[in-house]
Amino acid sequence: MTSNMRWRVILVLLVLVLAVWRSSYTFRFLSMDETAKEQMAAEQLEDLKANSLSLGLDLQGGMHIVLEVDKEGLPADEAVDAMERAVEVITNRIDQFGVAEPSIQIEGENRIIVQLPGLKDEQRAKRLIGRTALLEFIAVAPPAETDIVLRSIDRALVEVLVASGEMSLESETGLPLTESEQLEKEHPFSIRARYLQQLPFFLEKDVAWAKEQLERIDLDTVLPAHPTDLGMPRYRIAWAQDVRHFGTEEGYLAFYVLEREAILTGSSIVSADVRPGLDQDNPNAPGVSMRLSRSGGRTFASHTGSHIGEYLAVVLDGSVYKAPVIKSRIPSGTPTSITGGFTDEEAKDLAIILRAGKLPAPMTVIEERTVGPSLGRDSITLGLRAMAIGFLLVVIFMLIYYKASGVVAVAALVANILIVIGIMATLPVNPRPALTLPGLAGLILTIGMAVDANVLIFERIREELRNQKTVRAAIRDGYERAFMTIMDANVTTLIAAAVLLRFGSGPVKGFGVTLSLGILASMFTAIVATRVVFDLITVKWNVKKLSI
Amino acid sequence: MEFLVGTKFNFLGHRRAAFFLSAALILIGVVSVVVQGGLKLGIDFAGGVLLQVRFENPVSAEDIRSTLEAIGVEEAEIQHFGGDREAIIRMSADWAKQHDAAGEVLTALNESMPDNPAEFMREELVGPKVGQELRGKAAMAILYALIGILIYISIRFEFKFAVGAVAALVHDVAITLGFFSLTGRGLTLPVIAALLTIVGYSLNDTIVIYDRIREDRRKLYGKSFVDIVNTSLNESLSRTIVTSVTTLLVVLCLFIFGGEVIKDFAFALMVGIVVGTYSSVYVASPLVVEWQIAAEAKKHRK
Repeated sequence: MTSNMRWRVILVLLVLVLAVWRSSYTFRFLSMDETAKEQMAAEQLEDLKANSLSLGLDLQGGMHIVLEVDKEGLPADEAVDAMERAVEVITNRIDQFGVAEPSIQIEGENRIIVQLPGLKDEQRAKRLIGRTALLEFIAVAPPAETDIVLRSIDRALVEVLVASGEMSLESETGLPLTESEQLEKEHPFSIRARYLQQLPFFLEKDVAWAKEQLERIDLDTVLPAHPTDLGMPRYRIAWAQDVRHFGTEEGYLAFYVLEREAILTGSSIVSADVRPGLDQDNPNAPGVSMRLSRSGGRTFASHTGSHIGEYLAVVLDGSVYKAPVIKSRIPSGTPTSITGGFTDEEAKDLAIILRAGKLPAPMTVIEERTVGPSLGRDSITLGLRAMAIGFLLVVIFMLIYYKASGVVAVAALVANILIVIGIMATLPVNPRPALTLPGLAGLILTIGMAVDANVLIFERIREELRNQKTVRAAIRDGYERAFMTIMDANVTTLIAAAVLLRFGSGPVKGFGVTLSLGILASMFTAIVATRVVFDLITVKWNVKKLSI
Repeated sequence: MEFLVGTKFNFLGHRRAAFFLSAALILIGVVSVVVQGGLKLGIDFAGGVLLQVRFENPVSAEDIRSTLEAIGVEEAEIQHFGGDREAIIRMSADWAKQHDAAGEVLTALNESMPDNPAEFMREELVGPKVGQELRGKAAMAILYALIGILIYISIRFEFKFAVGAVAALVHDVAITLGFFSLTGRGLTLPVIAALLTIVGYSLNDTIVIYDRIREDRRKLYGKSFVDIVNTSLNESLSRTIVTSVTTLLVVLCLFIFGGEVIKDFAFALMVGIVVGTYSSVYVASPLVVEWQIAAEAKKHRK
């Protein structure tokens, strides 16, 4: 054995040992069932998992969301780190929701990619991630002011209705207007409101109509002006979240006129958790109990101390959840709560959001791909089956067509697959490329294409043998002549695979990964590894006739 | 075992017929695309929402449609998917923006068909902006791949070879797209990945033959170019067929056994491999020959 030969043998053995070792974790991990995993020590399982191939979301099931952050309207100083803060908030929320190994990354200027593997409750996760959840404590305008606002709305609406010809202030019948007709014409909006507990309520079925009317007028100019903030209205309008019945069949929704500026927002909350029995009228309703920060508590105490007897609204995302009358000063440190209309889950999610902080800017889901667990399982089963059958067919073909040399090619094929899996399970990049469904297809395709390098070589060797060369010369020349062809042919496929890696996302990228690794591995196995086998055999046994 | 060894097929003799066949195949595809008003785009590129649902028992598209209409989803496209128990529902992103699409559709289906429970399999939502971006990216990807390949072959071979190879690639992609249009399949991201693979694969084949031509030109100095190319095609024929057969075997397995999700992807590969093999023999090499003949004729006139 020459020294060059010795080095090649060592290299091939080294690669093979490494490939078998690095891919063994994956095979062990994937072949274990759930009970076996449970019985294993947590540390050991963790180690096994960390060293094994990770499956893409399309194979293990899960959710891939791309969110776009709307940074417009943020002050410049806040826009700078808005993305980082958004990621932090989302990470906190997801951590509390309890998903194993979430991946949250910023992409480009204003996008965030969230990947949640093995998720069971996609819809809830989606709501939790993208929700702004703006919680505010706001003073309700005194009844006299509420009246003024309602009158202003009436006046503005009359103008709009008359201008559009939908209503005339004159009598349509020619008869003089009765008092109630007069009232209805002058107060088209407030006529439908009922006063209960000093607050205006609208019948549930009138609410859609009322909202529509409010859309038709320019509330900013209709509402009384702010005393100090010029050009801005003093109040804003909000609806109650919950329908009230007051012992009748019909439901009513409260209409609130709120101060424009909140006394406190969710950012003053230091802790929040779900607790029953917060609502005296409905003790089983779940609610969220919150503790305020020290400065928030002080602000709250001073407001409640000076506004006894007035209403204070707890507003979430613009809807009033409750608006109790302030009975006494609430000292700093007293927990406060929000209840009404929540399911257990909604209350839990709200608590999570309040604890984890508020998103710095609104977000929208612009892309989402979710694969249910059964589809993922199906894909693995079907993919592996296709791979097994394809592999078997290729093996049979190679053995028939190339006989003993076919065995070498098949061994190279197996090594090839082990090398690809081993590399994919070892790559130190983060996140490590996962095996996706197209990736699995790429691996299957590699089986077909990896044979190609061997086919090129074997066909060459056969040709050289037909030219009456000795076995060793034929092998030497066959490999040498095929070398350049293999290089040229594979570089072009690599170009295509590289483009896929750059351009693709998720599943498609996974295809690029297995395809390019497969090509590289096949070049090694075909050019170096099988050559070593042939050389060893011909040198050792001085083969006179090659089975090819 | 060996076959196709020592053959003396006159491939180039049929090159006119082959050009005609290629042109006809491309034309059929173009007509199909034009008649259908463009290539059918999957939701990756068109934007929208795709829901895949599996029922316990067979279900009719009409039942699904009426349920969807009851909850305000108009103009949904409903298709059975690998059997009559599974369905794919495509709808516009407008409705999904306001609603929790998967949750509401599934609830509605289970309420309207209580004795045939539905299970969530997959949801894909692509906003219009993302769809547009992906279209641009896919086009750029194919363009980049073609340019990269053109440069590589120009360096490794003469320019006329590069032109022949790229023409063969465009031919392969065009025919594969034509087949997609004819069979009513939509273009998705994985299909683009398959097209790029076809580009790589077909080229692989072409280059092996080109390599042989380059070698035979030295070896058979003095023979006519047509004869040299014919010899090269015959010499590499067994390799061309063997590789195509093994690759086709595994892709066929993928198509048959790989499941519905990957079917279009496998279909593209399958068509591409057949067409790619054909084009390296009947498009890429004959074009180089035509170029050479034209160049020689020009030289003679001078």
